[in-house]
Amino acid sequence: MALTIAKPTSAIFAAGVAAVFGAFFGIFVGTAQGSGLLGFVAGGAVIFALAWVLATFMREQQKAARWGLAVIFIVAGFLFAGLPGAVTGAIFGVFFGWLTFFVASGRYRTEIPPYATPRQVLWHYAFRIIAGLILVFLITPILVVMPLSFNAEDFFTFTPEMLAFDPEGYSLKHYRDFFTNSDWQGALWNSVRIAPVATILAVGFGTLAAIGLSQPHVPFRQAIMAILISPMIVPLIISAAGMYFFYSRIGLQGTYLGVVLAHAALGIPFVIITVTATLVGFDRSLTRAAANMGADPVTTFFRVQMPLILPGVISGGLFAFITSFDEVVVVLFVGSAGQKTLPWQMFIGLREQISPTILAVATILVCISICLLATVELLRRRSERLRGMSPS
Amino acid sequence: MSDTTQNGPMLAADGTPLKRSLNRALRRQKLRALMLIAPLLIFVLVTFIAPIADMLFRSVENQIVSDTLPTATEVLEDWDHTTGTPPGEEVYEALYYDLYLAAEARAHTRLGTRLNYEYTGVSSLFRSTGRGLEDLGEEYQDILEDADDSWGEGAFWYELMTGTGDTDASLVREHRARLQALENARLTGDVGFAPSVEIMELLPQTTFAYTDFAVFTALMDEDVVAEEDPWEGVYAGLAQDLQTADLSGYDGPGAEALVAAQQTLAEQAEPINYTAFFESEDEDWLNPDIWATIQTYSSNYTGGYFLNAVDMQLTPDGIEMRPDGQRLYMVLFQRTLFMSLTITLSCILLGYPVAWLLANLPASKANLLMILVLLPFWTSLLVRTSAWKVMLQQQGVINDVLVWLGLVDDAARLVMINNQFGTIVAMTHILLPFMILPLYSVMQGIPPSYLRAAKSLGATNWTAFWRVYFPQSVPGIGAGSILVFILAIGYYITPEIVGGRTGTFISNRIAYHISSSLNWGLAAALGAILLAVVLLLYWAYDRIVGIDNVKLG
Repeated sequence: MALTIAKPTSAIFAAGVAAVFGAFFGIFVGTAQGSGLLGFVAGGAVIFALAWVLATFMREQQKAARWGLAVIFIVAGFLFAGLPGAVTGAIFGVFFGWLTFFVASGRYRTEIPPYATPRQVLWHYAFRIIAGLILVFLITPILVVMPLSFNAEDFFTFTPEMLAFDPEGYSLKHYRDFFTNSDWQGALWNSVRIAPVATILAVGFGTLAAIGLSQPHVPFRQAIMAILISPMIVPLIISAAGMYFFYSRIGLQGTYLGVVLAHAALGIPFVIITVTATLVGFDRSLTRAAANMGADPVTTFFRVQMPLILPGVISGGLFAFITSFDEVVVVLFVGSAGQKTLPWQMFIGLREQISPTILAVATILVCISICLLATVELLRRRSERLRGMSPS
Repeated sequence: MSDTTQNGPMLAADGTPLKRSLNRALRRQKLRALMLIAPLLIFVLVTFIAPIADMLFRSVENQIVSDTLPTATEVLEDWDHTTGTPPGEEVYEALYYDLYLAAEARAHTRLGTRLNYEYTGVSSLFRSTGRGLEDLGEEYQDILEDADDSWGEGAFWYELMTGTGDTDASLVREHRARLQALENARLTGDVGFAPSVEIMELLPQTTFAYTDFAVFTALMDEDVVAEEDPWEGVYAGLAQDLQTADLSGYDGPGAEALVAAQQTLAEQAEPINYTAFFESEDEDWLNPDIWATIQTYSSNYTGGYFLNAVDMQLTPDGIEMRPDGQRLYMVLFQRTLFMSLTITLSCILLGYPVAWLLANLPASKANLLMILVLLPFWTSLLVRTSAWKVMLQQQGVINDVLVWLGLVDDAARLVMINNQFGTIVAMTHILLPFMILPLYSVMQGIPPSYLRAAKSLGATNWTAFWRVYFPQSVPGIGAGSILVFILAIGYYITPEIVGGRTGTFISNRIAYHISSSLNWGLAAALGAILLAVVLLLYWAYDRIVGIDNVKLG
């Protein structure tokens, strides 16, 4: 939706804007090569000249102009610093090509009301850049871990070989270590053994209770809800301390059952919250209709209610699963060496014998979380669709 | 049909009054709801609430002193610590036999450790004395055995103590309870011994010591009492009893041996003196401060751990601050609060623009950017923490980039990890989604037309934002802040890994006391204080947002 019709701007203006960015990046390239001031001036001047040429002579051949700029930068970068330079050059080339025409064609105004002053326009884009940087801050750690997990050395930083895109610099050895090392495999096996059982417990009890809680007349509803949600609120270290004391009293400390029970307790709030949220939109006349047509309560539950709240149940289960799968504080105290889970092994790896295998494991875990995130998102959409169908 | 409704109360189809019938239906409905909730409620109560209650209990529990030294603490009650003199002989006497059993059960070092939290040096005092207790009895044992071999025989002793007349099992029951308290376990099984009433009256201290020996031998060592030689402590008891006992009326088993022993001891041995013995073991036993500490902490429940947790201590003269060098926890609490506040503030500063952007973008773009927020939210905590460790290290990615850019000299790489900075950066990143999500859902509900209206009425950009938009987004800030603060204040893993020494939280200290220093009472007290703060905030959160409105993803 365009608020304002794009009006082409002057070449000087477009080149000026591009030059500001050019000067900014020039500082970094300059300091890396020895002189920040020189980089600042040179970056600004070169970009100004290039952008002015593009905006003056090549307005009609945008595509060709942008390709041309990219190629110039790639070649310059390659001559300057080899393959890594070429990649950096490509990024800069594409960026400045886009920026020049974005400004020159006046497209930058389309999203902003026509009455906005230039300062407001400037603020609009400055704000986006700030927000963009924060989003980058959110995602960078994950993006850094992934490439580093392919490091051929046992370093936690990018080696010169990696930066030069030398195949020698990359290897799968950390992954190989993960899949062959008995410590890691044992930990993975423990995690796989604990999380699903804890999830089943949490989902089973949780769904029943959520259905109970969403009945119209529940005595002490607030108090019960507060108790059931409390495992999510109480700091993990306190839960862990209490469970450690209590479970050692009753002989559950250091046992598989103890860890499963503890993890189930921690996962329950998530099940309760997601399932009650789904039940809010549940149309009670459906169960009455089913009963009216002769279905007994059990049939009604499994054939009518369950399919409708299933998305909520599954996403609650996924939350409970990830809680158990990621949990480290409680298992550290309640479990013993026999229940060493994947996060526990990572924790040891980080605290004591820092090994790059952690990065490989981290990458695998990120991939798993992406899958889970996608599943939950799909389920949420499906749940909304189902709810849209039932009159409420 | 209309007749009934006009004359009597309204009736349901089955003839009962409608009101009662409805009430019954309502009751049944309530019951059904409760039946559905009950399994989970019981599950949570057992697996979660009970442990928390247990922890709270442990923060005041202090039975260890009176369990380990039951007689001594009882006798000590009459002692006045303000006189500045050590307690009398009867306290040392009681201490000897209490400590003897405790040392056999290896429980005296536990008590030493406990009291060492309150008075430094007690731990080694108990440990060293526990090793020397046998010396006192051994002296008399040697004299007695030289005179008559039968004093070294278990069977003879058993016969002597059991006697021929009535026996009294109440003492055995009492001592079994003592041992159970010491061992912290239920001890079943038959002791196979009960002292005779006659001997009990004649030789009270000997009976006391022998009963301890008998109970321990039968229940812990699982041996037959009659076949085992008694402990050296029993000889000390006999020596004490024989100093005053009048044996003339006694004609039970071993009567002659007793008379002979009384004579031998009177001739060859010094009269028993417990005070002198303890003084020779360690002069500190005559230090009234140690006794005052034992007296102060002899009650079954104590606020001592809580006082410790706020840098105070319970002394015999009342509550006072700890010496300057030992104040640790207030600093830690302050640091935890300060860092949690800093993290919350940075989350507001970083989260607000992102939430605004997400709320004001068209849905398709917002959903795309939302993935960038949700991905870290869904990523394992350990993954994110390890990522920050990798990035912030001195040989890490950020330092490398800075050095490459020439902003930082290679020799002067920034220290960004193992300090407060590292913890704050990593935790801000980890908790940021918890700020963005509530802010986003509140901002979505603010109509954009308000801002436009404000501007059309002549407000500047800033005024329109500050006077119109910001006040409406405050509930989101409140909800997000409390959530982030609650999560931050109890964090353990991230500070442990990137916090080093200066960037740790109170939770790290709790973990340290549970797993390393084994001061569980203090860990529980620190945990209880932390829990109180969190519950207060939780209550505030419930009032502002409502727990039912917590949204995930």
